[in-house]
Amino acid sequence: MDSRNVIEVEHLTKRFGDFTAVDDITFEVHKGEIFGFLGANGAGKTTAMRMLTGLSFPTSGRGIVAGFDIWTQSELIKKHIGYMSQKFALYGDLTVEDNLELFAGIYGVPRAEVPVRTDELLTRLSLIHEKKSLVRDLPQGWKQKLAFSVSIIHKPEIVFLDEPTGGVDPAARRQFWELIYEAVNEGITAFVTTHYMDEAEYCNRISMMVDGRIDALDSPAALKSAYGASSIAEVFDILARGAVRSE
Amino acid sequence: MDSIVIHGLRKSYRKDQPPAVALDGDISVRKGELFGIIGPDGAGKTTLFRMLATLLTPDAGTAELEGLDIIRDYRKIRTILGYMPGKFSLYSDLSVRENLEFFASVFGKDIRANYGLIENIYCRLRPFEKRKAGKLSGGMKQKLALCCSLIHSPSILFLDEPTTDVDPSSRRELWENLAQLKAAGMTIVVSTAYMDEADRCDRVGMMKSGRFLTVDSPRTIISGFGKKLLAVRSDNMFTLLKDLRSMDIVSGCYTFGDTHHVTLVSGADAGADAVKRTLAEKFGHTGVEVREVPATLEDCYMNLEEK
Amino acid sequence: MKEFFSFVRKEFLHIFRDRRTLLVLIGLPTMLIVLFGFAISTEIRNVNVGLFSEDSDMAVTRLMEKIDRSEYFTYIGKFPSEEALDEAMRQGRIDVALMFGKDFISRLYSPDGAEVSVVADATNPNNATMEVMYLGNIISEYFRSDIAGAVSVRMPSPDADASDVVIPASAGRLEPNMRMLYNPQLKSSYNFVPGIMGLILMLICSLMTSVSIVREKETGSMEVLLVSPVRPLNIVLAKMIPYFVIACVVLLNILLLTIFVLKVPVAGSFFWMILVSVIYIILSLGIGMLVSSLVKTQIIATLICGMLFLVPVMMFSGMLYPIESMPVPLQWLAQIIPAKWFIEAIRKIMIEGVPVRYVTTEILIMTGMAVAFFSAAVLKFRDKLD
Repeated sequence: MDSRNVIEVEHLTKRFGDFTAVDDITFEVHKGEIFGFLGANGAGKTTAMRMLTGLSFPTSGRGIVAGFDIWTQSELIKKHIGYMSQKFALYGDLTVEDNLELFAGIYGVPRAEVPVRTDELLTRLSLIHEKKSLVRDLPQGWKQKLAFSVSIIHKPEIVFLDEPTGGVDPAARRQFWELIYEAVNEGITAFVTTHYMDEAEYCNRISMMVDGRIDALDSPAALKSAYGASSIAEVFDILARGAVRSE
Repeated sequence: MDSIVIHGLRKSYRKDQPPAVALDGDISVRKGELFGIIGPDGAGKTTLFRMLATLLTPDAGTAELEGLDIIRDYRKIRTILGYMPGKFSLYSDLSVRENLEFFASVFGKDIRANYGLIENIYCRLRPFEKRKAGKLSGGMKQKLALCCSLIHSPSILFLDEPTTDVDPSSRRELWENLAQLKAAGMTIVVSTAYMDEADRCDRVGMMKSGRFLTVDSPRTIISGFGKKLLAVRSDNMFTLLKDLRSMDIVSGCYTFGDTHHVTLVSGADAGADAVKRTLAEKFGHTGVEVREVPATLEDCYMNLEEK
Repeated sequence: MKEFFSFVRKEFLHIFRDRRTLLVLIGLPTMLIVLFGFAISTEIRNVNVGLFSEDSDMAVTRLMEKIDRSEYFTYIGKFPSEEALDEAMRQGRIDVALMFGKDFISRLYSPDGAEVSVVADATNPNNATMEVMYLGNIISEYFRSDIAGAVSVRMPSPDADASDVVIPASAGRLEPNMRMLYNPQLKSSYNFVPGIMGLILMLICSLMTSVSIVREKETGSMEVLLVSPVRPLNIVLAKMIPYFVIACVVLLNILLLTIFVLKVPVAGSFFWMILVSVIYIILSLGIGMLVSSLVKTQIIATLICGMLFLVPVMMFSGMLYPIESMPVPLQWLAQIIPAKWFIEAIRKIMIEGVPVRYVTTEILIMTGMAVAFFSAAVLKFRDKLD
């Protein structure tokens, strides 16, 4: 494995019965980049993400994530990655502080470091005064920022973000992306799925999944010029139109 | 002719919290208008929809839908209204067809009676008629949900964030469908977090903390932007963001696709060239590009936000 | 009406698509009935009887032969002393001991009567009760038909570790007078059947109905249904019909199993038993509806139905403990448990076979409760979200 890559995947395939959800994908994600993982609903993004995060085994193919093999070291992978999804963020009935302690514990942050990291994180988010508030009482945008910070509390090699900004207004989305930038600036790699095409532009490189295959992979600018499009949304439309699978 | 008239609605859930919705004055939506509501989470969009859909009783104020009072005539309103809530879930254990048939019968209608209205949307679902709704993709589910809310041919349609978690192609298709419905004379009120969608509305209400900050056509809102807007780009976008914010003449700076958008403090007579020079000389940025761009609805929203 | 039926159809579709739940609803009562029935019939089968008699009389020998011939008991043998009997019971070689007093037969015809003691190992009180009852039946029948004697059965204090039945017989009277501590009305061992009926019908009607209504609130489809011209009350009523039908199917299932597998005939009026059950089903549906109009999540609905209505059914139905032996405050509490009245009524009709006028109280109380629950549910029902 090339030491500059955090993810290396070769011929990864996942079949459910006679349905091929992920069809022979090969790609790598470089250290310290923001990698956009785009595709229509049902193109196979979620299935691919599950394999990369050690939640399910592929039918065939190889893959190395954060230096660990997806076939034999899935438990180690889980320890060295961060994961955040808009669907599950944090426990709403616990306070901000409780949540941070809980997840720090889950991710194996050394006990002595927990209060330091918690305070540092809350100060950065300017949430220090909300330490004792219940998470469910926070505005959605804050919750998501907090959830992201929690997902990188153990300083993972790579963080997987599954539609992190769904249903959030433009201002809150921007604040969220600035957090991603900041994390990446500190050396964490971000692997992001999103339906917002302007967010795709923030990525260093993006891949477009169609019918379980990766049909395009390059920097936003290169993709736009390759498809003669003025925006990533247009590129998406051109590629998605070729989809056979409507689900 | 006005289809919806709101007279200062107000609703609060808990005494110790500010009201979820506190509208002042009258707001009206014309018949056949496509009206968009945008605003952050917790702005009161869903509460407003629920009050108008006769699901919540307002604490004060009232509203009329097609001349019917939302409190007094709520039963009649329920026959002329189509409502697709934010977390509308179909019956996942029923098939596509069964879902549609059920919702038609709820309104005492037959699928055939109004099939013309949903034909354009439903034709995409036809191949999967026998499939369980729970096994459909996000975009398909949302199409089916729209069919179910239209099957009784309502004269007013409310859609609460219909495109959340839906991929760009399905979103575009939905907006094409809405345009057709609007052409057929339906009044549509839709809330969204996507600014490019808000652009497609006849008028847009920007909502925050239970109030409308502005209600106007996208064009009027944009023409009222009134500030110089610069799009800036360099080889290191993240430090660029920080550096721009540290500049005295910059009043606002936010990411915008592959550039950063910058507004300057009023009175600053510096132009694109001045900003470019500072970035290259003072901060050592390479590959700097600065140009003046026209504002979009999203820029207007961002600037409302900052106030 | 057409809308209403399409609602009902939809509910049936939900139920039939969820095969697992349906299987539990139909399978659980079947399993319970068969298991309980099986357990009871085997345990009562291999009971070992020991004898201590101071003099050997033909009448006693013949009685022991008769006991040995019955399908429940095995005569182990005669023991030399009461201590030997005691020892054998401690070692578990015998389950029941019969002790005849001195000059038993001659005393049988004397005015004072004769005494026979039946001592049972009451480690398992239910079994001991049944053993003593069966044995008492055999003995009294023996003396009634074979010897002109009168038999009465009496049991001593409840805290003794062995049940002791004394049968004094006096000449001239033939009516057996048996008193049982745990089961004074001498109901048969099939008491659990009404208990299971009470439990399962409550489960289907209150828990399943309320969960199915609250699920629509949780998933958001209720919001859409409310914003439609359908009377919201109809939505709820339509939900009840499938569960009513399933409850009736389960009821029939239980009855058929009881009659044909357990071979317990319905002693009283079949018609009234069905009617009482239908009242109870409606009452349970009312509970389900009230719960669903008060709560917002399936978890809370499950907890309320489970804790407030299902657990008490188990506690107070007599399936686990006889109500009569409970502390008085708990006995009062039992009065407000709907299932208690149902189980009482069914027990009376099905097992004791009393005429319907003896269950009027139960029927009236259940009807009253049904009316109360439904009125409360309709009053609490809102066709808005707030």
